[in-house]
Amino acid sequence: MAIRMTAVLAASCLFLAGLPAYAADAPTDPQIAHIAYTAGVVDIDAAKLALKKAHNKDVKAFAKDMLRDHEAVNKQALALVKKLKVTPENNPTSKALTKEGESERAKLSKLHGAAFDKAYVANEVAFHKQVNGALKTLLIPSAHNPQLKDLLQTGLKIFEGHEEHAEHVQSELK
Amino acid sequence: MSSRNSSKAFRVSSHWVVGLAAALALGAAALPAEAATVTVTIDKLVFSPATITAKVGDTVEWVNKDVIAHTATVKGGWDVMIPAKKSGSIVLKKAGSVDYYCRFHPNMKGHITVSP
Repeated sequence: MAIRMTAVLAASCLFLAGLPAYAADAPTDPQIAHIAYTAGVVDIDAAKLALKKAHNKDVKAFAKDMLRDHEAVNKQALALVKKLKVTPENNPTSKALTKEGESERAKLSKLHGAAFDKAYVANEVAFHKQVNGALKTLLIPSAHNPQLKDLLQTGLKIFEGHEEHAEHVQSELK
Repeated sequence: MSSRNSSKAFRVSSHWVVGLAAALALGAAALPAEAATVTVTIDKLVFSPATITAKVGDTVEWVNKDVIAHTATVKGGWDVMIPAKKSGSIVLKKAGSVDYYCRFHPNMKGHITVSP
């Protein structure tokens, strides 16, 4: 339990590190919406790469699941911000996420076969851990709008499922 | 077979209950029991009710209110696809007690006790 908490705190610190200007303040709802959406896009892009490059059938199936779920959640997020008349606001955390995602994809695209599969799944485990930690400790507690909070909470459950699924795929690869 | 299982299950109860259970089981054997449908709702990644009881021949139907697809999967057993905003079902063929989960989101768990 203590180890788990530490990991979560470390994950949210990682997030805060990408947000120097707001480190003292909690992110606003428009920023939270942007961060959550961006995290989804990063995982969708990774999944698209994996669908082209993955060898193992379980890894391919996992990538397909990620693409389907994150597209569905982001579609819901877009519908919600439209309904709430909130304009998602770009911010340093979103920018850091996008940059990290790009460099991770650049690394992955140089790998092939089993090496790609292993690296993609390891990154999926780490990425979902990081995002879930940030959702739990920063994004959900900071969200003001109850509908946004609710969507983030459902998102957390979905992504915790992905984390467990990714860990399962990872354990089968070894 | 089914009356023997019934008496086993009711061993702690009074003889009267055992007798009644046996009579009911016999009755069920004589007249084909009407198969029921047990509905489980999925909302925000929760199977509700999480634990159900049913009989062999009954149908379990999962109604998915989420915008993402789920499965109801028994390790080494059956696997039901439940598309987003749709439902999926299975006819229970074997008696026993099984844990099931969603393959896509293994943090979703449910349980079915299937009586003969």
